[in-house]
Amino acid sequence: MLMTKGAAALPDESQLVSLDNAGIRRDGRWLVRGVDFSIRRGEVVTLIGPNGAGKSTTAKLAIGVLRPDEGSVTRMHGLRIGYVPQKLAIDWTMPLSVRRLMRLTGSLDDAELRAALEATGIPHLVDAEVRHLSGGEFQRALLARAIARKPDLMVLDEPVQGVDFAGESALYDLIRSIRNSTGCGILMISHDLHMVMAGTDTVICLNGHICCRGTPEVVGQSADYLKLFGGNSRSLAVYSHHHDHTHLPDGRVLHGDGSITDRCHPGDGHHHENEDHSSHDHHLHHHGTHSHLAPATGREDDRV
Amino acid sequence: MFDDFFTRALVAGIGVALTAGPLGCFVVWRRMAYFGDTMAHSALLGVALSLFFQVNLLVSVFCVAVVVSLLLLMLQRRQSLSADALLGILSHSALAIGLVLVAFMSWVRIDLVAFLFGDILAVTRADIALIWGGGVLVIAAIIALWRPLIASTVSEDIAEAEGMKPARARLLFMLLMALVIAIAMKVVGIMLITALLIIPAATARRFSSSPEVMAVAASLIGAVAVVGGLFGSLTYDTPSGPSIVVAALLLFIVSLIPVAGKNTAERAGNTGVR
Repeated sequence: MLMTKGAAALPDESQLVSLDNAGIRRDGRWLVRGVDFSIRRGEVVTLIGPNGAGKSTTAKLAIGVLRPDEGSVTRMHGLRIGYVPQKLAIDWTMPLSVRRLMRLTGSLDDAELRAALEATGIPHLVDAEVRHLSGGEFQRALLARAIARKPDLMVLDEPVQGVDFAGESALYDLIRSIRNSTGCGILMISHDLHMVMAGTDTVICLNGHICCRGTPEVVGQSADYLKLFGGNSRSLAVYSHHHDHTHLPDGRVLHGDGSITDRCHPGDGHHHENEDHSSHDHHLHHHGTHSHLAPATGREDDRV
Repeated sequence: MFDDFFTRALVAGIGVALTAGPLGCFVVWRRMAYFGDTMAHSALLGVALSLFFQVNLLVSVFCVAVVVSLLLLMLQRRQSLSADALLGILSHSALAIGLVLVAFMSWVRIDLVAFLFGDILAVTRADIALIWGGGVLVIAAIIALWRPLIASTVSEDIAEAEGMKPARARLLFMLLMALVIAIAMKVVGIMLITALLIIPAATARRFSSSPEVMAVAASLIGAVAVVGGLFGSLTYDTPSGPSIVVAALLLFIVSLIPVAGKNTAERAGNTGVR
């Protein structure tokens, strides 16, 4: 495993991965900086934020695909990860069936393979070639692959992209039920706030740094969140992300009051109050108490 | 008809083709055709240096190919030019420097055409031992690292996240490429090595249902092309390297001919049920 630090560095043994002031720099620009969070067993952490906010970059930092240029990332020793990346381009010249894709990084017996595909609703596609799958079917196959690994930590970068609306809520239900039955940790990136709010323990709003975080209830009531996503509508206001500061191309920060600082600190006096709403000291007992906002209709037409 | 030199040529050629099959599949899947070409072209520089410093030809060619591929990775990381342009620069510079160096060394007489286009009919017993020994080594390494290689070809990120160490697989792949180029040079020649890597793999794609099947099929198709090409070369008195490539091309063209029902059967798993 790629370890930035030894396993002994994790203070809490229920922590799967911990980011400590992690930042990553490319071409003289900080993609993300000062990222600070951890994921425990059974915890669902969701990253939200506008395009280019560094959500995927942060996820890659957490799982060791990228190494931090600043700060540190610590993973539990022998951490088993199941990863669904945001983008995946398989060259069509590679003959790859769904069955073969499922066994990409580890062996798997037929029963497990089938069970995972059934869970994501595509058991009939087991022998289909991956290049013939639709976008939604491909996402389901990738999700099934990650689930079948029985990981300690699932990292899902927009796992339901391309999936039809009815299928979406079914897949989010599935992700929740996997967390509940296996106790794995989940790091999720999603644009679909409606779903996110229902099934997440901790929401982290990212825009080059952590803007705000907390339980969905806390974040949902915060001024920042309302500004971001507006009232209770389902509209994805995420693209018109208003902030009290702007990130300059060189990584410095221009604040609303006109001052420029090198970094963006919650406590530097340039920000709104209550930036850091809560740390994640909540535990498993939270689970199951969230109301499911997802509509329960129309799931049948996803079954074959 | 089966003169001794011809049997040697067959054995050597088949050995190279079997080795090149799986590697050629990765070259196709990873879109590294031009990369392979660049490494192959650098082999002439290896030949020149081998003559100049009087070191073993195989070792020299292998080392130069490795250095060129590492140089390429380093330059790509700096991202000043596109990979495409970098490959073009390195590929032709290595070839040109090799040719210039050879021209400078007026005290050695080498058969340049044999290096560029292969001289399979002058294969010695030592060459055969080298080809089959190296081939077994390459195939064993590919089998040992099959899963990481396939995983990182599908997605470097997934491979990295799930402990498949794609960087190690990539490095190993480059070393194997350099080795195959060094042992295949004598058979098909510097200019045509990539053809023997790519054409059988592309031909195999049509008949393959999994990466494993495609790797084996590419080896077999390559071997058939070698046998066909060498017989053609003997019959029509044509140069052996180009004859093999022409034979491979003919097989590829045959593989393109549509077979009735093939496409509908392929899609049945996907569309039939929905």
